[in-house]
Amino acid sequence: MNATPSSSDFILQVEHLSMKFGGLIAIGDLSFQARRGEITALIGPNGAGKTTVFNCITGFYKPSEGMITLNRKDGSSYLLERLPNHEIPARAKVARTFQNIRLFSGMTLLENLLVAQHNKLMKASGYTFLGLFGFSSYRQASAESIELAKHWLEKANLVDRADDPAGDLPYGAQRRLEIARAMCTGPELLCLDEPAAGLNPKESAALNELLNDIKDNTGTSILLIEHDMSVVMQISDHVVVLEYGRKISDGSPQSVRTDPRVIAAYLGVDDEEVETVLTEVGDEAVIEQLDTGPDSAHGPGSSASMMAGPVSDSVEHADQGERVTVSRGASKAAQVDARARAAVASKPVKPVAAAKPASPAPAKPTGRSPTPKPRGGRK
Amino acid sequence: MQYFVQQLINGLTLGSIYGLIAIGYTMVYGIIGMINFAHGDIFMVGAFTALIVFLILGALFYSVPVVIALLIMMIVAMLLTSLYNWTIEKVAYRPLRGSFRLAPLITAIGMSIALSNFVQVTQGPRNKPIPPLVSKVYSFDGISVSLKQIIIVVVTVVLLALFWYLVNRTALGRAQRACEQDRKMAALLGIDVDRTISITFIMGAALAAVAGTLFLMYYGVVVFSDGFVPGVKAFTAAVLGGIGSLPGAVLGGLLIGFIESMWSAYFSIDYKDVAAFSILAIVLIFLPSGILGRPEVEKV
Amino acid sequence: MAVTVSPESDTVATPIQRAFREALYAGAVSLGLFVLFIGLRTDQNISNELILVQRWGLLALVVILTAVGRFLYVGFGQPALERAKAQKAAAPAVAAEPSFVRRNFNKIGIAVLFLYPIAMVLLFGFQGSLKWVDNFGIQILIYVMLAWGLNIVIGLAGLLDLGYVAFYAVGAYAYALLGTHFGLSFWILLPAAGCMAAFWGVMLGFPVLRLRGDYLAIVTLAFGEIIRLVLINWREVTNGSAGISGIPKVSFFGLISFNVSDPNYISKVLGIAQSGAYYKIFLYYLILLLCLLTAFVTIRLRRLPVGRAWEALREDEIACRSLGINTTTTKLTAFATGAMFGGFAGSFFAARQGFVSPESFVFLESAIILAIVVLGGMGSLGGIAVAAAVMIGGTEILRELDFLKTGLRWGDTTLIPGFGPDFTPELYRMLLFGVAMVVVMLWKPRGFVGSREPTAFLKERRAVSGSFTKEGHG
Repeated sequence: MNATPSSSDFILQVEHLSMKFGGLIAIGDLSFQARRGEITALIGPNGAGKTTVFNCITGFYKPSEGMITLNRKDGSSYLLERLPNHEIPARAKVARTFQNIRLFSGMTLLENLLVAQHNKLMKASGYTFLGLFGFSSYRQASAESIELAKHWLEKANLVDRADDPAGDLPYGAQRRLEIARAMCTGPELLCLDEPAAGLNPKESAALNELLNDIKDNTGTSILLIEHDMSVVMQISDHVVVLEYGRKISDGSPQSVRTDPRVIAAYLGVDDEEVETVLTEVGDEAVIEQLDTGPDSAHGPGSSASMMAGPVSDSVEHADQGERVTVSRGASKAAQVDARARAAVASKPVKPVAAAKPASPAPAKPTGRSPTPKPRGGRK
Repeated sequence: MQYFVQQLINGLTLGSIYGLIAIGYTMVYGIIGMINFAHGDIFMVGAFTALIVFLILGALFYSVPVVIALLIMMIVAMLLTSLYNWTIEKVAYRPLRGSFRLAPLITAIGMSIALSNFVQVTQGPRNKPIPPLVSKVYSFDGISVSLKQIIIVVVTVVLLALFWYLVNRTALGRAQRACEQDRKMAALLGIDVDRTISITFIMGAALAAVAGTLFLMYYGVVVFSDGFVPGVKAFTAAVLGGIGSLPGAVLGGLLIGFIESMWSAYFSIDYKDVAAFSILAIVLIFLPSGILGRPEVEKV
Repeated sequence: MAVTVSPESDTVATPIQRAFREALYAGAVSLGLFVLFIGLRTDQNISNELILVQRWGLLALVVILTAVGRFLYVGFGQPALERAKAQKAAAPAVAAEPSFVRRNFNKIGIAVLFLYPIAMVLLFGFQGSLKWVDNFGIQILIYVMLAWGLNIVIGLAGLLDLGYVAFYAVGAYAYALLGTHFGLSFWILLPAAGCMAAFWGVMLGFPVLRLRGDYLAIVTLAFGEIIRLVLINWREVTNGSAGISGIPKVSFFGLISFNVSDPNYISKVLGIAQSGAYYKIFLYYLILLLCLLTAFVTIRLRRLPVGRAWEALREDEIACRSLGINTTTTKLTAFATGAMFGGFAGSFFAARQGFVSPESFVFLESAIILAIVVLGGMGSLGGIAVAAAVMIGGTEILRELDFLKTGLRWGDTTLIPGFGPDFTPELYRMLLFGVAMVVVMLWKPRGFVGSREPTAFLKERRAVSGSFTKEGHG
C-alpha cells in the first residue's frame, strides 16, 4: 500500500471493509481512498458489491469489519461505521443518490429540495416551536432555503418545473433532481449510485456537465458508481475496480483501462481466452511472458501460484483474507492473476516447481487457492 | 401439573379455532396484500348459519344423530359463508384492486360493520343460545377432556392436513402460490388471477365457517357482535406467526390460545386479552415480521 | 355496484340481454346470501327456546329488488356512465375556472360554521335548536377534530394507526379523573389531557418504530384495545364499565358558569331566561375553535421542516434517512402531535357528556375516524371535514327520518307505504354507514379530495395529483 499520506488529503478512507450477509461475503477486505475534490469512480461488473460499499459508507448497512473514515474540511473526522444512519448526512456531510431513484414523488421539486435542508431549517425553526408561532428568524431561513433550492434547480436545469410533482419528471430529470436534492444537504462527499443508468446520450452529457460543475464550483468530492464507461473515463480522476467484493484494480482511468484483470472481469473470459484478451489489451510484458512461459493451463498451476509473489497489493489482500466467497474460480480477474502469476513465476522458479510435483493441487488453478497449504508455503 | 395440562388442552382447543380463522387472514394477505377486516364477521356469519341450520334440523326432524347434524351444519355453513366472502370480494375488493392501498382496507372495515349490523337487523341483537350438542366428558387421571374439545382438535387437524395438501400439492395451490409471488407474472403465464383470488377467499371463508360451527358447538351461544373479538384475535395470531405464512397462522393461533388460557388460569381472567396483545407487541419489537414471516428486506 | 368482468359473449349480447342475465345472477346470489338470514329469523319463544320465524315474502322482495337493481344498473346505469365518460373525454379540456364557492370554500365554510348555531336558534328557538347544535354540530365537529388529528399520523406521515381512539380515551379519562377528583378547571385540564395523550402517543410510537404496514396496523389496534380493556378492568381507578359520571362542566374561563346553582350562572350574569341551550352553544363554539386550532397548527406544521419531513417519510423513508432526517423522532412527533389533538378532543368529549365509559372508545370509533380521513382524502383538511359532515351527519339524520315510519304521503294518498310505527331507522344506521363506506370508497378510491396542496412554491401553487402521492408503508 502507499505510504500513508496525511489524512487530510483524503476525504474518505475505507480500510479493510468487509460485509457479510449470512454466509455470503459481499465485500471482502476492501481498502481504498478517495481524494478531496476529486471524482472517484467505483466500477465493477454486476454483483461486485459496489452498492453494498455505498450502503456501508452511508450507514444503511453496518459493516461486519473494517473502518470507514471521513475527514471533513474543518479537520474533524468521523468513523462512519459508528454513526447512526441519519447522522452520516447530517454530521459527516455525506449525501447519496440511489440506483433506483428515490424521490418524494408526490412532492414538488421545490419541496424535495426543501426536505433536503431539513436539519438546517429545523434549527432555524427552533425545533418547530419558533416556526409555529411565526418568528421572523424562521421566515428568513425559509427564504434562504428556497434560494438555495432555486440555485440547485437552476444548476440541474429544472427551474421551470419547480412546482411540478417530482414523480411527473422524465427519467433523466429525476436523476438530476436527485443529485440536486443531495447537494442541498451541503455535502462534502457526494455518493452517486449509477447516475447515468438509463440516460440517453443527451441526458448523459447534461449529467457530466452537472457533475463537473459540482466538482469545480463547490469543492464537494464525488464518489461514483457507474457502468457507463464513457462517463467514468471522462469525468473521474481515480477509479477503483471491484469484482466479487474485492478490489482488483485501483488507479487513474488510463491505468485501469489497460489493466488485464479489469478487462477480464468485464469481458468474462474463459481460461482459454485469457491469452487472447491479454493480447488484445496489448500488454506486451504479459504477452511475452505467456509466450515464453509454460503451458500453465496444463502445467503445475498450483505450485506456480504457490511460489509466486503477489502481483499487487490488492491481490495480496485478497489472498490473506481467507474468506473466498462466491463460487471459487468464478472471478475472471483472479484467473488472469493466476495466469499472469504463473507466467511470471514459472520462469525463475521452474525447477522448484518441477521438484515438487506432488504438492496437493487445488481443483482449479486460481490465484485464490482455498487450501491453506500453498499459503503456508509462501511464507 | 394436572391443572397445567388441563389449561394446555383448553388452550389447544381455543388455539385451533383461532388458527382456522387466522388462515383466512393470512391467505388473503398473502395473495392480495390486504387485511380482510370483514373476515371476523365472516366467521360470525358461519356460526350464525350453523345456528340456523341447527334450528331447521330441529324443526324438520324429530331427532338427528349429532354427528350428522354437525356435519350438515358445517357443510351448509361452509357453502353459504363462502358465498358471502366471494360476493364481498367481488363487490368491495375487486374494483379497488391495484388502487390506493388504504381503499380496500376501508371497504373491508365498511363490510365488517355492514355484515355485523346486517345480522343484527335481520336476526335481532340478542344472544342466541342452543342446547348443548355434545356434552360427554372424559376424565384421565384428573384431567378432563370433553368430547367437544376432541372434536375441535380432530376437525382442525384433518382440515389443516387437507388444506396443506391443497396448497402444496395441487395445481390450484401452485397457482395460489404463484399469484402470491407475482400476480402480473402469474397472469402472463396463463393463470386466471381473478379466479385464484376468488378461490382463496372461498377457502378462507370455508375454514372460518368451520371455526364458526365449532365455536357454536363449544360455547353454545352466538351473537351478532361475535365476529370482532375472535376476528381481532385471529388477526393477531396471523401477524404473530408472520402474516402470509400458513404454518405461522396456525402457530400464532395456538400461541394466542395458550397465552389466553394460561393467563386466565394463573393470573387474571380480566387481563387475558391484554396479555395476548402485549405479547404480540413484544414479539413484534424483536421479530418485526412475526415468528415465521419472511423478514422484509430493506432494499436500498 | 361492482362492474362484473364481462366474458367475451358480452360483446355480442345487447346491453339489455346482458343486463337480464346479470340480473338473474344477482338474484340467484342474493337468494343464496339471504335465504337463511332474511327468510328465517331466530326468535325466543316464551320458554326462552330459539324458534324460527319465516319471512319468505320479505326474502322474495329483497331478492327481486336486488335483481331489478342490477338490471337497471347494467342495462341503463352503466351505459349512461360510459357515455358520460366518453363525452367528457371527447370534450376539449377547458381549464374550467373554479366556481366562486370552490375557490372560497374554506372561508365560506368557516363563516357558515360560525353562523350555524345562530341560524338554528332563529329557526327552531332555543329549545328546538338543542338537537341541531348538539347532535349535529358538536357531534360532527368532534369527529372533524379527531379526523384532523389522525390525518397528521396517516395522511401526512403515512403511518397506519388503527388505535387512534386510545388517545381520545386517554384525553377523556384524564379530564374525567382529574376534574372529578381534584376539581381542576377545563382550561388547565385541556392542555394536560393533550400532553398526556401525546405522552401515550410516544409510548405507542417506540415499539412500533420498526414496524411497517399491517404489522403497524395490528399493533396500534392492539394498543387501542389494551387501553380500553384496562379502562374496563382497572375498576379502582376508572370505575370499570360503569364509567365516571358527574364530570364538571366547562366554564367561560371561570367568569361565566353554566351550572344553574352557581352565582355566576349565565342567565344571572346576562339577565336572560334560563336555558340548557346556552351551554350547548358555548360548547359548539368551543369545539369549533379547537377544530380551527387543529387546522391552523396542521397547516403551519406542514410548512415547517417537521411537517415536510412527515410527508417525505410517507413518500420514501429511505430517502429521508439519506438526507439526514432522523426518522425515529419524526415518527414519534407525528404520533405525539396526532395523539395530542385526540387528547384535546377527548377532554372536550368528557366535558360535553359529563360522563365517560369504555363503551365510547371501542375499535368502531377508530374505524370511523380512519374512514373519515380516507374518504375525505388523506391530507386534505377540507375533504376530511366534508367527509365527517356526510358520514356522521348522514347517520345522525337517520334518527330524524319519521317519514320512514309513516310513508310518503301526498295529501291523503300514500305514495310509498311506510314501514309502520315499529320501524326504527336507528337500527339501520350502522348498516347503512358500513354500506356507505364501501360505496363511497368504490366511487372515489382516493377520497373526496385526492390531490395534495404543495407547501411551498416558486411561481405558482399547483395541486399535486393524487396519482403521484404515496400512502406510506408504515
